[in-house]
Amino acid sequence: MKLSLTRRYRFAASHRLHTDRLSEAENHRVYGKCSNPYGHGHNYFVEVTVSGPVDPATGMIANLGQLDPFVETHVLDAFDQKYLNEQVSEFAPDKSLVPTTENLCRVIFQRLSSFPAAHLDRVRIEETSNNSFEIEEISDTIA
Amino acid sequence: MIRITRRVEFSAAHFYHNPNLSPEENLRIFGKCNNPHGHGHNYILEVTIAGEPDPATGMVLDLKELKEILQTEVIDRMDHRHLNYEVPELAGQIPTCENVAAVIWKLLLPRITTGTLDRVRVYESPDLFADCTAGNSNHTGGRA
Repeated sequence: MKLSLTRRYRFAASHRLHTDRLSEAENHRVYGKCSNPYGHGHNYFVEVTVSGPVDPATGMIANLGQLDPFVETHVLDAFDQKYLNEQVSEFAPDKSLVPTTENLCRVIFQRLSSFPAAHLDRVRIEETSNNSFEIEEISDTIA
Repeated sequence: MIRITRRVEFSAAHFYHNPNLSPEENLRIFGKCNNPHGHGHNYILEVTIAGEPDPATGMVLDLKELKEILQTEVIDRMDHRHLNYEVPELAGQIPTCENVAAVIWKLLLPRITTGTLDRVRVYESPDLFADCTAGNSNHTGGRA
């Protein structure tokens, strides 16, 4: 039997999907409206899943009193009400990492993987109510 | 393989308190949830069964049957109950959603004879849920 705990968080941010690796015409073809130079925004939902033994003394895999501030410090404070392309270091213009929700999953998973109290199982992000993305491991390190 | 999921809701009261810890420790660990008068949630339970559809009926498991099992094993036990005092299966445990999910898993496992119990998901609120699956690890629900 395996138990996991999932907590749902939210943040609002703007982004632009655009890469210098492609021509303007290619950017437009690939990203369409999402490459609008002024950017646009979403209300993101982030589900963080942790697993591990349940502490018999607390009945918990991880205390939300520990998980919530960790996610707040490592993710929400850095992402909420921000322009991802310029204000989140992993997406800084010189990094050439496009802030798609796939890449957001990788960045957020990496930021949370040092959570000390339980094993990080999954990060799932809803960019809108019609699409979601999830990751269970990252194979490379994002600078 | 097909997975089918049935959702049911129950409302219950609980609070978190470990009698082996001091009042100060209880308050530090459990915060507001330590309020001895208890508080309540509208729990949502999602039960997922995996299997192959019966060629004759096209069903993995008749949802009517699953509904009756959930009524007997979960709703009759937990709906409009105080989880700390009225559910013997939770006796001696802190009624967190992890432990509630583990108890429901153990109650349902022997009752699901068609298909396989794949996942028990217990939402304590729209922003917090626990999953219990067969898994391959040694993680188990604990007892205080």
